[in-house]
Amino acid sequence: MPALLEVDNLHTQFDTSAGTVRAVDGIAYTVDEGETVGIVGESGCGKSVGALSILRLIPDPPGRIASGSIRFDGQDLLALSDADIRAVRGGQIAMVFQEPMTSLNPVLTIGQQLCEGMQLHLKIGADAAQARAVELLDMVGISEAARRLQQYPHHLSGGMRQRVMIALALSCKPKLIIADEPTTALDVTIQAQILELMRDLTQRFGVALIIITHNLGVVARYAQRVNVMYAGKIVESGTATDIYHRPVHPYTLGLLRSIPRMDRPRGERLIPINGQPPDLTQEITGCAYRPRCGFATDQCARETPKLETVATGHATACFEKAQLERLLKVAS
Amino acid sequence: MTVVAEAMVLPGAALPAAAPLIEVNDLKMHFTIAAGIVRKRAATVKAVDGVSFTIARGETLGLVGESGCGKTTTGRCILRLENPTSGSILFEGQNLCGMDRGSLNEKRQRMQVIFQDPFSSLNPRMKVGTIIGEPMKVHGIHPNQKEREARVAELLSVCGLNPKFMDRYPHEMSGGQRQRVGIARALALKPEFIVCDEAVSALDVSIQAQVINLLEDLRDQFNLSYLFISHDLSVVRHLCHRVAVMYLGRLVEIADADELFNNPLHPYTQALLDAVPIPDPELEKGRTHKAMKGEIPSPINPPGGCVFHPRCPLAVDSCQKEVPQLRQMTAGHWVACPRV
Repeated sequence: MPALLEVDNLHTQFDTSAGTVRAVDGIAYTVDEGETVGIVGESGCGKSVGALSILRLIPDPPGRIASGSIRFDGQDLLALSDADIRAVRGGQIAMVFQEPMTSLNPVLTIGQQLCEGMQLHLKIGADAAQARAVELLDMVGISEAARRLQQYPHHLSGGMRQRVMIALALSCKPKLIIADEPTTALDVTIQAQILELMRDLTQRFGVALIIITHNLGVVARYAQRVNVMYAGKIVESGTATDIYHRPVHPYTLGLLRSIPRMDRPRGERLIPINGQPPDLTQEITGCAYRPRCGFATDQCARETPKLETVATGHATACFEKAQLERLLKVAS
Repeated sequence: MTVVAEAMVLPGAALPAAAPLIEVNDLKMHFTIAAGIVRKRAATVKAVDGVSFTIARGETLGLVGESGCGKTTTGRCILRLENPTSGSILFEGQNLCGMDRGSLNEKRQRMQVIFQDPFSSLNPRMKVGTIIGEPMKVHGIHPNQKEREARVAELLSVCGLNPKFMDRYPHEMSGGQRQRVGIARALALKPEFIVCDEAVSALDVSIQAQVINLLEDLRDQFNLSYLFISHDLSVVRHLCHRVAVMYLGRLVEIADADELFNNPLHPYTQALLDAVPIPDPELEKGRTHKAMKGEIPSPINPPGGCVFHPRCPLAVDSCQKEVPQLRQMTAGHWVACPRV
């Protein structure tokens, strides 16, 4: 069975006065039906741009999808007409954004925002949409759903707004939800509530989920497969267990060693990644992680490593993977 | 382990022989909200409502809680950036509340702050050298410009930046570098006490670790005391000797870091710890997550009795009436809940 979503060799660029920013520089991954895939990386690594490209939400100009293909459920999203991609957006693929404050329209009631999409995508009448809206709010744990439909976003707290966003995302029975840092703006107890809710609902309805986050803990808890991004490229991909227990890219290893962890003895010194991410307006020859990498060789300066499989479902873009694997074996 | 020994005498107990550097007693900070044309008092926000703790010399006290719990206001009160409604803040035994401007300025040299946002806490029109040199200029330390520049260069290199950065503007630097400038500025007056208000929260993971290590090194090098305000429990656990948990303007639990994280007693602390995801999928599979119900109530109209009772799994009727006081469970471990 083909995957639900296939992103292949995607390049998304932005033209700025400082030069062309290669925000996404040739990424490829798949998402199966009902699967939760995590995309992790630090700010500016291209994780959000990669996701926005799927829905063709990149503002053009200055941005453009320079090359690549995105196949979703048998259609080539990049070849669709504007009208057809609009049917996909919010319909078959829904999005949950980071900022529940700014992603809802402040001058429309919750009910208007929920019903608009449903009437459009599900082709149902106003009354049916209204009834479904009440059902949806109930499902995401908002009390007095019927009354809430009349309220405006500013009446709701941040957690409640994010629940409305999830109701919105589910409203048109999508096959895929893209959640871009869905809980970063929320407090930790509310974050837990929202993530549990998203997991329950996506499982219940068999919806695939792409969760984009910088929080390695969130990915470990909720994703089955993980893509680690650095400087516009996927540098490692595998199951959550692969990534966390057998990382074979120095960047992944560096990330894992640089976070303080609740499950480790207290007071262990953190091992930071030295230096900073590269400037993406500059042409990068060789491996983008090389200046910060403890394993770098001459080859890393000359050639760009490609994502290569090291075990079933586990791939890394590193020339020194054999050395890393050896070290990890010794360590365990 | 003098740190731990001193920490055990607290709060409300008699002063130990070696007085703590900072002692906060029953601190209250109430803000009034005005409304209408005549700006009539419409409501009171009890941002901080009776908080007491001490910080020993060289100690790092973590202050954790969710947004709006009053942790930042507590830090601002200690620095006297706010004028507390009541209570006292003793800095080496001298009360900062009600202190005249001259004496306060003298004390302020010895306490500094590192803010969360490295983008808005540095003046974009000033060069880095001027930013770091300004506190020295204000307090008349190194009035000679040459000397001041030498000190700025020294501070930059202490914070892991090239002294050449002196001539740069903040916008020419990355977030991590800017946060280092903020730290260098805080160190300029050789303070003894620094309030770190979400000092690493805005930074990316790989940069965050660099700054955490820097804060640790500086603490050891200059015997600094920190009030480390953060919502990130893993960072607090890593960096702090003792941890205080706040909820809606009150302390609900305070204990040594190991004790608090290994043996959390207050149901709110337990829920907070439970909500933190661990970056290990195998461990995560074995954890049971019971997300806490409800949301933080508005501090304008907080629940009566224990402010946590509407969300608390242990609550009984009496929790709605009686305000729980901190009581000591084991040495140095205080919790404000009669049900544990």
